[in-house]
Amino acid sequence: MKGNEVIAEAAIRCGCDGYFGYPITPQSEVMETLMTLRPWEDSGMVVLQAESEIASIHMVYGAAGAGKRVMTSSSSPGISLMAEGISYMAGAELPCVIVNVQRGGPGLGTIQPSQADYNQATKGGGHGDYSLFVLAPASVQEMHDFVVLGFEMAFKYRNPVMILADGVIGQLMEKVELIDQRPRWTNEQIEEISGDWATTGKRSNRQKHVITSLEMDSNTMEQNNLRLQAKYNRMKDEEVRYESIECEDADYIMVAFGSAARICQKTVQIARRKGVKVGLIRPITLFPFPEKIIAEYATKVKGFLSVEFNAGQMVNDIRLAVNGKTQVEYFGRMGGIVPTPDEVELALEQRFNN
Amino acid sequence: MSVLTERINEIIKPENLVYAKSPLLNDDAMHYCPGCSHGVVHRLIAEVIEEMGIQEQTIGVSPVGCAVFAYNYIDIDWAEAAHGRAPAVATGIKRVMPEKYVFSYQGDGDLAAIGTAETLHAINRGENIVMIFINNAIYGMTGGQMAPTTLIGQITATTPNGRNADLNGYPLKITELIAQLPGAAYVTRQSVQTPAAVRKAKKAIRKAFEIQAKKIGTSFVEVVSTCSSGWKLTPVASNKWMEENMFPQYPLGDLKDSGRADADLYRIKG
Repeated sequence: MKGNEVIAEAAIRCGCDGYFGYPITPQSEVMETLMTLRPWEDSGMVVLQAESEIASIHMVYGAAGAGKRVMTSSSSPGISLMAEGISYMAGAELPCVIVNVQRGGPGLGTIQPSQADYNQATKGGGHGDYSLFVLAPASVQEMHDFVVLGFEMAFKYRNPVMILADGVIGQLMEKVELIDQRPRWTNEQIEEISGDWATTGKRSNRQKHVITSLEMDSNTMEQNNLRLQAKYNRMKDEEVRYESIECEDADYIMVAFGSAARICQKTVQIARRKGVKVGLIRPITLFPFPEKIIAEYATKVKGFLSVEFNAGQMVNDIRLAVNGKTQVEYFGRMGGIVPTPDEVELALEQRFNN
Repeated sequence: MSVLTERINEIIKPENLVYAKSPLLNDDAMHYCPGCSHGVVHRLIAEVIEEMGIQEQTIGVSPVGCAVFAYNYIDIDWAEAAHGRAPAVATGIKRVMPEKYVFSYQGDGDLAAIGTAETLHAINRGENIVMIFINNAIYGMTGGQMAPTTLIGQITATTPNGRNADLNGYPLKITELIAQLPGAAYVTRQSVQTPAAVRKAKKAIRKAFEIQAKKIGTSFVEVVSTCSSGWKLTPVASNKWMEENMFPQYPLGDLKDSGRADADLYRIKG
């Protein structure tokens, strides 16, 4: 199946209550697939084409506030339009899944693949101090799995989750194992899970529930900020996910996520055939970033190479984790160009003078 | 007891009361200025919800603007939307909980400037929600700037020489605009400056909520309103200014009451 189609399949199967979206290349297949599968007839999942990405994210805001499992998907320019709404959701602590199948920018840019929204995804993107839980799939299977995991994390932390994919993974066709259909949550389950905050209608036995990010009292607002920061720190302590490939004996470690990591896997093989001990760390969560494992290897390796389809964004997080203990270099392509494994291997040689 | 409460209690005596406070309105002192229409419309919404017995099924969506704190006063569940996005938020709530009553509450800047797209498209989809539109021809919350509905010649903080059509465009009759949409089941324009007007406005709000239960499209209630602070007039003078200047531009009455008939023309037969 195609990466984008799998997002739709996984959403239906994991019991998602609603999808609100707006067409944009290269991810329009998500909504097209949903409209073809007509989940409202079976699981009861709502699918709605909104008038804009702005409307989409605020529909998600309303439905998520009701304790429902809802999502949207878009690509880079559309995510920029959603940025305000995502900030509101983070501020109001609403769970949801947002898929960004990245394309090249800035501006209208290109419809070809890119990873240039790394900073936008991991450093906020909208206004205010907030973080998303960011998952970076590197396969069609992970496109599927991260929808399921994404909803789990979204409700565990009452926080928006972003699946930061790219045009390669979105358009890639691979075999995938789908989960069995799960039912949507019943009203009783929603009451149990989100009964202390969701807008399900005020009963006489409880206070009214208000979904808002607004607080006029500075002291209370600072407490809200501190509560959010504590939550993000909990994610850092408990939810870091990464894949480590042939790092144990490595002299050099590449760090790459998503489709860049697929290419680097091949580069590991090419370099090792040439006798250069190269490993790969693939961050699966971009926030929380796997800084501890990078810091551990910083004292053992001669250098890190960050490989990204952008001008060098994640490399700054690697430098922070390495904290000057070893050399950190960047290699990347932009404009929708996907480098070959040999090109990456050549960059390794050049950066570290092998 | 605060000074405010003391003074209120001096005025409010049982023999002076002409109607009871709806139990859905709490005792928090509203932040609205004297003479503002918001408080009256809040009361009417609370009364309608109470009288229909739908408190447990109703979710309100408050805007950005003076009514941002509407959720502080009416004892139901609320979502506070970003500026202009209340119809989208209401759509999201209603679509995943179609059995609930959902209403949005917006001012003119929220509904007819920054949120025009969400307004038009929610109604064009015939979302089964109620939209309450407070039109006072000015931005109250931010200090009296020009609104899309500001009248020609009207002085605001950003039109210090009066609104000039060449420079600022024309007063936007958004209610007339949306009355054209097949998704709109009921579109009406009301006011709340006299007891008679208040009674009519309440009837309209009640009708709007009743239409929601029929699932035949969007109900839209505009309330032509006053903003004493923004207009820099006393409450009494504001009512007079509204009647003389706002009503000719925004005439009161029903603009559309077609129910489903209009939408049925477009439905796929068979």
